Amino acid sequence: MLYVGVSLQFRFHVTGGDFSSAGTASSEIKKVLKKLNVDGVVIKRAVVSLYEAEVNVVAHAFEGDIFVNISSEKISILLKDKGPGIVDISKAMEEGFSTASPQVREMGFGAGMGLPNIKRNSDFMDIQSVVGEGTTLQIEIYINNKNGEQE
Amino acid sequence: MRLKKIIDLLEGNLLCGEERLNDEVEFAFASDLMSDVLTVADSEILLITGLANIQTIRTSEMSDISHVLLVRNKRVTQEMLSLAIENGIALIESPYSMFKVCGILYNLGIKPVF
Repeated sequence: MLYVGVSLQFRFHVTGGDFSSAGTASSEIKKVLKKLNVDGVVIKRAVVSLYEAEVNVVAHAFEGDIFVNISSEKISILLKDKGPGIVDISKAMEEGFSTASPQVREMGFGAGMGLPNIKRNSDFMDIQSVVGEGTTLQIEIYINNKNGEQE
Repeated sequence: MRLKKIIDLLEGNLLCGEERLNDEVEFAFASDLMSDVLTVADSEILLITGLANIQTIRTSEMSDISHVLLVRNKRVTQEMLSLAIENGIALIESPYSMFKVCGILYNLGIKPVF
């Protein structure tokens, strides 16, 4: 575990359409969280959220950057992408709604479950989007919320 | 049920993860949809899938799933194999269909997660 006031920062670049690399940021963060002895349930909630978000950038955007900050209190994830943006965020949050391409579906995604799954696994989620410019997604997972209940 | 018994029953072939042959498998989940797999909170499951690509292994890595069974002789790529080895995942292929695999295992007492 990290001392109070200490934090670790990571940055990853994601290229749209690069499916074979989707998940590398999540994989790195998982290794770090394991080394820090973070509770297994918390790790799973964090990496499932990050992985879904990473797949979203690969699936929908041209490119994006992922910033992860790990402190003794929380795992904060910020994803900023350049892409088409989301026309209707509340629609995108609905389970089953998806605009994914057939290629995304072939990879086992694009069933309209990603954003709801991120919401379910995180303690805080905020999504902002400008059509034609891109989307910013902010996710937080509290280190001590082991039972995964929404606060 | 031990993993090695499951492999025998399904005419399976273990591609990597020999150290897991004596693992006890109690629960299984079958899906080709990785988003669906990512909603399963339990980790101690056998994943039965017809989806053979790198995201199958990535999803297993993120979900802490250690046993993955590919049905209908789906071809495993070198990239999938390397990632499975790196994460200590037992990767099995079976010639049986998903329906047949599920039927056999369900009959023998492997439990569903939902």
